[in-house]
Amino acid sequence: MWLKPVNTLLLRRRLIKPLVFALCCLPFAGLALGAFGMAGFSLGANPVEMLLHSCGKWGLNLLLITLCVTPLAHFSGWRALFAYRRMLGLFAFFYACLHLTIYLVLDQSLLWSAVIEDVLERPYITLGFSAWLMLLPLALTSTKGMIRRLGQRWIQLHRLIYPASILVAWHFYWQVKQDVREPLYYVAALALLLGWRLYRQRVRAREPLIYS
Amino acid sequence: MLIKKKPDILSSEITDSRLYFGRRRFMREAATLALAASLPTRLLADKPGWLNNITPSDFSTGEQPNSYSDITTYNNYYEFGTGKDQPQHEAKDFNPWPWTLKISGEAEKTGTYNLEDILAGRAMEERIYRLRCVEAWSMVIPWVGFPLGELLKEFLPTSRAKFVEFVTLNDPSRMPGQKARVLEWPYREGLRIDEAMHPLTILATGLYGEALPNQNGAPLRLVIPWKYGFKSIKAITEIRFRETAPNNSWRKSAPGEYGFYANVNPEVDHPRWSQARERRIGAGIFTPKQDTLMFNGYADQVASLYAGMDLRRNF
Repeated sequence: MWLKPVNTLLLRRRLIKPLVFALCCLPFAGLALGAFGMAGFSLGANPVEMLLHSCGKWGLNLLLITLCVTPLAHFSGWRALFAYRRMLGLFAFFYACLHLTIYLVLDQSLLWSAVIEDVLERPYITLGFSAWLMLLPLALTSTKGMIRRLGQRWIQLHRLIYPASILVAWHFYWQVKQDVREPLYYVAALALLLGWRLYRQRVRAREPLIYS
Repeated sequence: MLIKKKPDILSSEITDSRLYFGRRRFMREAATLALAASLPTRLLADKPGWLNNITPSDFSTGEQPNSYSDITTYNNYYEFGTGKDQPQHEAKDFNPWPWTLKISGEAEKTGTYNLEDILAGRAMEERIYRLRCVEAWSMVIPWVGFPLGELLKEFLPTSRAKFVEFVTLNDPSRMPGQKARVLEWPYREGLRIDEAMHPLTILATGLYGEALPNQNGAPLRLVIPWKYGFKSIKAITEIRFRETAPNNSWRKSAPGEYGFYANVNPEVDHPRWSQARERRIGAGIFTPKQDTLMFNGYADQVASLYAGMDLRRNF
């Protein structure tokens, strides 16, 4: 019997990528089941709040996971990880968009005067909205064509993920009423991820990071 | 003047929404009860005696009360965790009995009393009140309780009793949330004596005609329907008559965000969110928020307490 050599590229494309895609869809699936009260899933007594908070938190989770790709690839030498970075980033944006849509449609019922007042007068909402505005161009320029066309400027543009993730974590911290333990865990994780990049940039400036 | 129609029947006499929505559980419990009744010894505890005679109240709203499930699964009760779904689980094993209530300060009769003695034979009313949380959501809750003022008068407060302070049980072994210092424990609240004596202010011992669930503040909690929910302190172990204004836990933790009065007021926003509207729990996912009413809709009864006061400064 001949053993076929494993085609890693095919494996990645046919198996791992769809698997990562499916994993990223799981929170959405859970919320969708909850919204229809199916399979024992429930959104609890305040479904709007549950949807809003879950999507927001998954947006932040995925932003942090996206930021983990580069250090993980660096330490493991497993460059194949970069193949999933775009998808992770786009899923972060997907949950951020759901979060924003739920806020606009379900929480504020498209009452624009209240939305404008919120964005202008409530600092945590100003922060969240600014972060979404920063993520928008990243999602729009995530296609192969745009990457090629923008070249070096694409790399510069996509560094916007750093300030955007800081704003998102800050948005979470300011939103919480009293028990800030959870947002502080996120702040700590983000500080680690961004701190490592600063360290790399300062101390080992001659070894540039691999960008895709 | 109150122009309100007295409800003819108690909400608890109509098919209980909990039973209505939980037929399977009802069947299971009915079977358990039948089994228990056939046993020689009574295994199930009786409903406390003071809940056997509940009368309706003119102060009740005609609005549809929230389901038992909404009221008992969405709770802000940091002694049992800071997540709203935590108290229902974390308070499951909490046994409030026996319970003592300490009365102290500026009153002629002070001392520590057995709560069962205080409640035995006391006339209970069903008060269906709106509850507005400072977080901009609201519910309608059929409490069972009695006017706080009625109890306070029994201890003969002196002329120096200008304020009343309330203290929650402080026992991290029974209230696991107290192991984390998210607030200063024990939880404390306070009222001006006229607010405490107001007929709308009640001490609740029941919900939907039955004993107050642990996650809602068993065995004894305050309910002040025109103030934000955090004023309605739970699991009260001490009531102190004071000459000076007491500080309250939330105000202590963030004085710029939570005041002493904490009257529901759509015109005075919380520094971080609007108080103009509120989400009615149970209203459905696409139902817009509703306008918040001044003093949570109890302005006719309580606005005179604050005549001439700057409510923006005294938030």
